Amino acid sequence: MHSNSKSTADWIGEVARIAANIRRRGFAYVLQNDGGYLSQICSSAEIFAYLYCRGLRLGASRAPMIPVLFTAVPGQGQANLSGAAYNGPASPELDRFIFSPGHYALVLYVTLIEVGRMAPEGLMGFNTDGSTVELISAEHSPGAEVTSGSLSQALSVAAGIAMGRKLKGHSGNTWVMMSDGEFQEGQTWEAVQTLAHYKQDKVKVIVDVNGQQCDGPMDAVMPIEPLAEKLNAFGVHAVSVDGHDVAAFDQLAQTDTKGKPLFILAKTNPTRGIDLLETRRPTLHYLRFASAAEKQAFQKAYDAMAQEA
Amino acid sequence: MEIVSRPHVKNFIEWSRDKPEVLVLTADLTNSCEVGSWREVYPGRFFALGMAEQNMLGFAAGLAREGFEPFIHTFSVFIYRRAYDQLAMSIAYPNLPVRMLGFLPGIVTPGGVTHQAIEDIAVLRATPNMTIFDTGDATEVESVLDVAHAVDGPVYVRMLRGDMPRLFPQKEPMVFNRARVLSQGDDVSILTSSVATEAALRALSVLKAKGVSVTHLHVSTLKPFSDPTVLEAITRSRCGVITMENHSTIGGLGSAVAELMAENAVAKPLLRLGLKDTYAHGASMHYLMREYGLDAGSLVKAVEKLLGAQLGIDERMLTAVPVEEIDSSERVEAL
Repeated sequence: MHSNSKSTADWIGEVARIAANIRRRGFAYVLQNDGGYLSQICSSAEIFAYLYCRGLRLGASRAPMIPVLFTAVPGQGQANLSGAAYNGPASPELDRFIFSPGHYALVLYVTLIEVGRMAPEGLMGFNTDGSTVELISAEHSPGAEVTSGSLSQALSVAAGIAMGRKLKGHSGNTWVMMSDGEFQEGQTWEAVQTLAHYKQDKVKVIVDVNGQQCDGPMDAVMPIEPLAEKLNAFGVHAVSVDGHDVAAFDQLAQTDTKGKPLFILAKTNPTRGIDLLETRRPTLHYLRFASAAEKQAFQKAYDAMAQEA
Repeated sequence: MEIVSRPHVKNFIEWSRDKPEVLVLTADLTNSCEVGSWREVYPGRFFALGMAEQNMLGFAAGLAREGFEPFIHTFSVFIYRRAYDQLAMSIAYPNLPVRMLGFLPGIVTPGGVTHQAIEDIAVLRATPNMTIFDTGDATEVESVLDVAHAVDGPVYVRMLRGDMPRLFPQKEPMVFNRARVLSQGDDVSILTSSVATEAALRALSVLKAKGVSVTHLHVSTLKPFSDPTVLEAITRSRCGVITMENHSTIGGLGSAVAELMAENAVAKPLLRLGLKDTYAHGASMHYLMREYGLDAGSLVKAVEKLLGAQLGIDERMLTAVPVEEIDSSERVEAL
């Protein structure tokens, strides 16, 4: 939960500890699951730890510690099951968190566990039949407010949510976590021009700029750089920072952007904390163990990490 | 027959007055979709999103999540063709009350293939959670707002604009999932929608004069499609059923009727008039309706085919017919 009373050293240490836990628990899960989105865990651990420990002003979770099973898709006469309940109430003065890259779901779930919003056992349901803790989150999944697996759609929805909140006089921010691949989609730029035009400075976006996409390094597939320059040319306040430097995130989050929406471009290392992942370059998007020997090597790396902790 | 000019302009302004949750979103077609005056009356509730429909649908979804009721106004093609993934995932999946008013349905525009929504009903009938309305005259353009407003979920409306007939009395507003019974008879059942209904009315009076007994329904709710009146009409026809729609014959009214007949084992011929798996081109509505077999003459030929008889109706007899305002309740009473 957000607290300005903590000294700088205190909260930075706390975020670093949570980020390390996210990496370790996520790594353990990928091993147990025989593969997964490991590079996203490495790159975004600080982003999620920062959001849930410091950046987001959230109330207490209103969801069960162990997620409920899937009931039904939304429809007429259906009670809407929202994963946003894990982020607390949608109060006027509080922040909202819109999670965009659905395939980062494991990082989100692990973060909820590490910050005490979900029980560790909740992860048992991950990618199992009948569970809401899905491989790619939908809005019934813990921590997810929007069904955002089709990339780039959540930013537009967040812009609409923020406009609706403005019309209702809400003071809270609307935060969005995005992946850099989403800046290849035209819709993202449509949303950016709208956010700039309507001066939606209550919208704060943090992007995991890990330079990786499904087919390989973005520079080889379809480059988006210079991303900060492009965004600033669109009229928003975009700044590139070290994506593991949570103090830098916080400084930007506190900046008066004078009517401009904020884009924190977190330049991250997709192998951060797990050096062995370097052997998987150039394609890091999804880890499938090529052999028993490779899995064993990763298991050893995990054991060393766990030992250190 | 009364011709009404731009009924949506004033009606929508009045209708919105006591509904502060109603917002309007446009994509650079504000006056083209008859909401220029609305913007002047309610500037704080109006959002121009530019030519960026994918974002507009997501933006609408966000507003709906916050308790607002966004009314998107743009051409139909830019809703379901250009931004389908956004429509399906951002709006339809979460069952949000976004009202998508799509203008230029079917072949009403000389704008050509890029502006003619000919498979919108097919696409959106297949989309879960969607409700689909197809307006046929000024009364429906006015009253569809109340019908859409009452739906718990996303709504797509095929809107008419500009000059249009008032076929149905204002005191008989559109009713959710209920077809209008325009005439009753046992030889043939005809179901029409959108601008095809006006064309059918021209044929109907001539057909009746020739002694053909016809049940004619105007259908304005295309999803859901569970009105018992429709099944009754299909079942009672002695020689068969005809649908005529301002849309492809695949996936629209004709397909919905075919599904209903198959599911209820109604073993009768069905003739579907509409665009026969083809795109159209830029020309006037009346020219295109004739070219693609959506006019009174085409309907007469279809009736002759079902009856297996020539009726001796020529073009002059059809164009001479004035289409009177149809009071469907009185008409039913009279029968």
